Amino acid sequence: MTSTRAALSRRIVLQSGLAGGLVLAFQWPLRAAPVNEPEQAPDHPDGQFAPNAFIRIDNAGKTTLVIPQAEMGQGVYTAIAMILAEELDADFAQVVIKHAPASDKLYANPLFGIQVTGNSNSIRSFWDKLREAGAASRAMLIAAAAAQWQVDAASCSASNGKVTHAASNRTLTFGELADAAAKLPVPDKPKLKEPKDFTLIGKPLKRHDTPDKSDGKTIYGIDAMVPDMKFATLAQCPVLGGKVKHVDDSAAKKVPGVRQVVVLGDIVAVVGDHMWAAWQGLDALKVIWDEGPNAKISSADIWNDLRAASKKDGVVAKSEGDIDKGLTQGERFDADYELPLLAHATMEPMNCTVRLTPGTCEIWTGTQVQSRAQEYAAKAAGLPIDKVTVYNHYLGGGFGRRLEPDMVESAVRVAKEVSTPVKVVWTREEDMQHDVYRPLYRDTISASLSNGKIVAWKYKVTGSSVLARWLPPAFQKGIDGDAVDSAVDMPYDIPNKRVDYVRAEPPGVTTGFWRGVGPNNNVFAIESFMDELARKANMDPVAFRLGMLDGTPRLKAALKLVAEKSGWGSPLPARVGRGVCAQPSFGSFIATVVEAEVDDAGGVHLRRITSAVDTGIAVNPDTIVAQLQGGLIFGLTAALWGEVTIEKGHVQQSNFNNYRMLRIDETPPIDVHVIKSAEHPGGIGETGATAGPPALRNAIYAATGVPLRRLPIDRAAIAVKKA
Amino acid sequence: MRRVAILVVAAIVIAIGVFAWRTFARGPLAFAGGSTVALADYHEANPTGVPVGLAKADIVKRGEYLAKAADCMVCHTAQGGAEYAGGLAFPLPFGTLYSTNITADKDTGIGNYSDQEFLDAVRRGIRKDGARLYPAMPYTSYAFMTDADVLAIKAYLLSRPSVHRENQRDTLQFPFNQRWSMIFWSLVFNPNTRFAPNTEKSAEWNRGAYIAEALAHCGDCHTPRNLAFALDNRRKFAGAVAAGWRAYDITSDKGTGIGSWSDEEVFAYLAKGHAMGRGTASGPMGEAVDHSFSQMDPADIRALVAYLRSVPAVASSAPATIAPPAPASPKEGGAISDALGRKVFAQACVSCHSWTGVSALSPFATISGNRAVNDPTATNVAQIVVSGTRRLAPGAMSMPAFGSTYTDAEIAAVANYVTGRFGGAASKLTAKDVADLRGQTAR
Amino acid sequence: MPFTISVNGASHNVDVDGDTPLLWVLRDVLGMTGTKYGCGIAQCGACTVHVDGNPVRSCLLPVAAVRDRAITTIEGVGATDAGAKVQKAWLDLEVIQCGYCQSGQIMSAAALLAKNPHPDDGDINAAMAGNICRCGTYVRIREAIKSAAGDGERRPS
Ligand code: FES
Ligand code: FES
Repeated sequence: MTSTRAALSRRIVLQSGLAGGLVLAFQWPLRAAPVNEPEQAPDHPDGQFAPNAFIRIDNAGKTTLVIPQAEMGQGVYTAIAMILAEELDADFAQVVIKHAPASDKLYANPLFGIQVTGNSNSIRSFWDKLREAGAASRAMLIAAAAAQWQVDAASCSASNGKVTHAASNRTLTFGELADAAAKLPVPDKPKLKEPKDFTLIGKPLKRHDTPDKSDGKTIYGIDAMVPDMKFATLAQCPVLGGKVKHVDDSAAKKVPGVRQVVVLGDIVAVVGDHMWAAWQGLDALKVIWDEGPNAKISSADIWNDLRAASKKDGVVAKSEGDIDKGLTQGERFDADYELPLLAHATMEPMNCTVRLTPGTCEIWTGTQVQSRAQEYAAKAAGLPIDKVTVYNHYLGGGFGRRLEPDMVESAVRVAKEVSTPVKVVWTREEDMQHDVYRPLYRDTISASLSNGKIVAWKYKVTGSSVLARWLPPAFQKGIDGDAVDSAVDMPYDIPNKRVDYVRAEPPGVTTGFWRGVGPNNNVFAIESFMDELARKANMDPVAFRLGMLDGTPRLKAALKLVAEKSGWGSPLPARVGRGVCAQPSFGSFIATVVEAEVDDAGGVHLRRITSAVDTGIAVNPDTIVAQLQGGLIFGLTAALWGEVTIEKGHVQQSNFNNYRMLRIDETPPIDVHVIKSAEHPGGIGETGATAGPPALRNAIYAATGVPLRRLPIDRAAIAVKKA
Repeated sequence: MRRVAILVVAAIVIAIGVFAWRTFARGPLAFAGGSTVALADYHEANPTGVPVGLAKADIVKRGEYLAKAADCMVCHTAQGGAEYAGGLAFPLPFGTLYSTNITADKDTGIGNYSDQEFLDAVRRGIRKDGARLYPAMPYTSYAFMTDADVLAIKAYLLSRPSVHRENQRDTLQFPFNQRWSMIFWSLVFNPNTRFAPNTEKSAEWNRGAYIAEALAHCGDCHTPRNLAFALDNRRKFAGAVAAGWRAYDITSDKGTGIGSWSDEEVFAYLAKGHAMGRGTASGPMGEAVDHSFSQMDPADIRALVAYLRSVPAVASSAPATIAPPAPASPKEGGAISDALGRKVFAQACVSCHSWTGVSALSPFATISGNRAVNDPTATNVAQIVVSGTRRLAPGAMSMPAFGSTYTDAEIAAVANYVTGRFGGAASKLTAKDVADLRGQTAR
Repeated sequence: MPFTISVNGASHNVDVDGDTPLLWVLRDVLGMTGTKYGCGIAQCGACTVHVDGNPVRSCLLPVAAVRDRAITTIEGVGATDAGAKVQKAWLDLEVIQCGYCQSGQIMSAAALLAKNPHPDDGDINAAMAGNICRCGTYVRIREAIKSAAGDGERRPS
């Protein structure tokens, strides 16, 4: 497998225009101006069998799959290729993969109606569409063969890139059939395979994208190189909405390698022969900002606003039974939970390379929203959309940050002032201090408990609506469907339920989607309170949940499995605890147990993590495991340390020295058990990020008895109190 | 209550008296012996004022040089605040002092000070309103300055933009909030005499002495204090802890002082904040380099070096030995048993400082051989981890601050690990010690 | 000013300021973009290269300091024993997600194995704790290092 894959990866390399990268790496001496030109040429189906936007087969048999979604590590290029190749019966080892160009018409995400990779729905939303695309193409190839042999199509079969007529033992390759198939009509309801006949889907196949990522060949947006390119880095006003008041560039201009200083209303950029020159120039630039009204705002004000807002009545997002009556039955408990602002800190800082000609604009970047990037670039360049070409790349992490094209817009604005193509790269500090932050939330829950069961559950979510800014039409009747997603889909059997939503936008901060999105907040509050209620009921947290999961059997099964696999209930040393989290988010059913120790100083040490997941049909089970492992670490990092704070409008965190990341020496073994299932595939990328924090919080609760109600973890609160 | 008050104050006065006779005779320049003359009668090159190059410059330019040499700005500027507008907090065991606004603002600054009032404030610690200043303001040192120099500084301050910023109230507890008691203090400890050149020393030495004692007030951090908060010049420059940082022994002691440093090393340390293999100026000394020494005329720095060389050796408590580089393997060497300290070091430190302490990146990042890692109190190591170091010199390397994400327990552990691995003996800091150090830092 | 540096066995003349970190010389001047920028303050490890076989953060390594010293980058590490083993283990265990940190992870792991063919967990922690992976591939990185060392019990998948 590996060897064919090695060969295959080389083929991908050449196809996808990485040749430049190869040359640079291995052909000495280097040419003066290194170039790795377009990662992916615009899609020209002409002369190929191209029955839809995803599949191209030329008459040499080369099968190219155009992937509508962005690859940011989640393995979607491999999974989507598997689905297409499955129904197409292509030779998976030989398929070539291409980034999709920007086009809502061709590549819109069926769930959003625009071209976007997010919300863990690539497979969920494209599942049928991709299978039909593959099946239709296969049907056409078979029909072409049948016609040529003058036999009944039903008597022909396809596999590994060939059509075979068993009776006469004749075979034609897809390449030989491409031209003929291209002339046939596209069937609109092609017959799909029975899952039992899948040959690719469900197998832990190797990923297409990893070989080139293991030896430095993969080109990310930040690696783009075009002829005569200059390098730039920029500073935006440290306070949201502020403007440049005065710039003294005398020192900056003296820095060796600095070519130009660009001053725009709210941005200063320095252009140089390489990033270091530009960066030194930016440091030497003396900028006085007019910081504007937001310079008055600090974290304390933002929290006060939010807490005040959370006292207001919200809009009803869900109501079942009689909440007021329900709350009077049994014993009533109340709690508030709070989550802070968070940065994305993708490993690859924001960047965008731009080449402008009088009538055209080309951009090289890594984005989760190709068509939106094109639209923003067009606006900034003052060109019609069809004059803008977006070359998408592999993403060095997305996590929601690259759902925003702000870095594209600012790069084009800078490029308009520069006579050559220019690559604009943000420093890590700029990246962290000009993020779109995961909203801070305050959740208030009241519940009543009677003999081990919850009678009523009143849950109010207060926080920013990312959706209202990002996709206004989706924000209906004052309800942000994402912000209450897992609150509305709460899995437990509770007769009286009520979910309210209060939109409260933090002043001086732009909020954005962050891995785990709305459920991040919902699941933390729900699962934390579930543990507190279990304790009130004197019940084991797992048993307490199991007692109310008859309506959600897939989650019940996952919870039972994780309890068994994690050794739930077996004895532990002092100040060590296990915490559980059960969530039915993104169409997947996941139960997680975190085992953690709390030392006397309040230091938290992860010991072991176990997850059981029913995600429906697991297209590539190994990817499911990897996504949960990674997602858990992403969420736990935030739970342990993540908080962005604001002082007089300035974000206080700037780099990894003050925005801390979980590291390998703090990472425990993580076992993920994938439950076999024939259900429609669910989402997976976000789920670990959502599962980790409540499970850890509950482990700390078990270890110390302290019910933390806020993240990140307050170590003082869980330290051993010295008498 | 009143009675208690009187008793306590009386006690202080007596305490002061007791120390007076011990200390009074001993001024900061007493060690030099020889005979001194009034400035007017001194015929060598003028040890006061500005360098020859600036002699012809206007008073504001001269004042700027002197204000930088006297390092007024650092203490009179709050973090992120306007320069010279005051507000920097000095937490003391018995409350917090705040530096004052010395911009030209008439209501909140020194805009209304007459020349005499300014001279009295700077050299006698008497405010325009007659209130007494606490010796956190180094007026006992500034007392050596000539009228011309003090007034040049005033001219410079008045030439700058005036900033309206109300001065914070100090939060000293009784009896320390009794400013009038400083009258006695000054009586005893501030002879308020001008600099008198030493005729048996070179002109360069006298210039160095003027810079060190009148302007840079080195002793205010580097000379130990007695119970009455006065400098104990018997142990001049032998090192002390100030504002949560350790100011090291800068006497000519070969072991604990800088006696074994070459003149070039001392010069580089002052002028650039770094001497190869000797370490990087951090904390208050780093600020002194950035805002004062690095701005000085090289000839003045050389004079300062010449003067420092003449300060008699006094061994401090710090160990005289400097440990060699640590082994390349984390498995060998000191403090390997400190699991938490080693973990933090592996995460955040080793990439620059290496397991040996000799950086693979830059001499700026070499910690092996530094005073700080050989100091078993680890005071400065912990402070540097908390707040980092910022070197402004071109090509110099800075260190980021880790204080906001690493806990006191983690910082104590890594400080103990670092002193154990790269110094002679591991420190024994606790989380509480680190919290205290954070609390003592001017901010 | 002009420098001659030797990268993966080939020497290059570059005309940059001596303070310029090797990272930017590799990426922007030589166009060898496999070495990544992540933080610029030696806190993430994405920029790790080998200098005379030792792992070094190129984001803070002045080019003037590496004249006539052997630099190995991710593009060339496969030519070393340890490098090849690590890359293979990385693919066998499918460690990589977005991949942006992995050049640095692989360089750190290769340097570790070159010096210590059978690292235990403590050795792995000490050598790898300076490399951040935002995608959270740490569990597999540990497994892959052990498997490259021939000590790995393979993950059942
Ligand atoms: S970029 Fe060098 S360590 Fe992060
Ligand atoms: S694989 Fe994405 S940061 Fe490590």
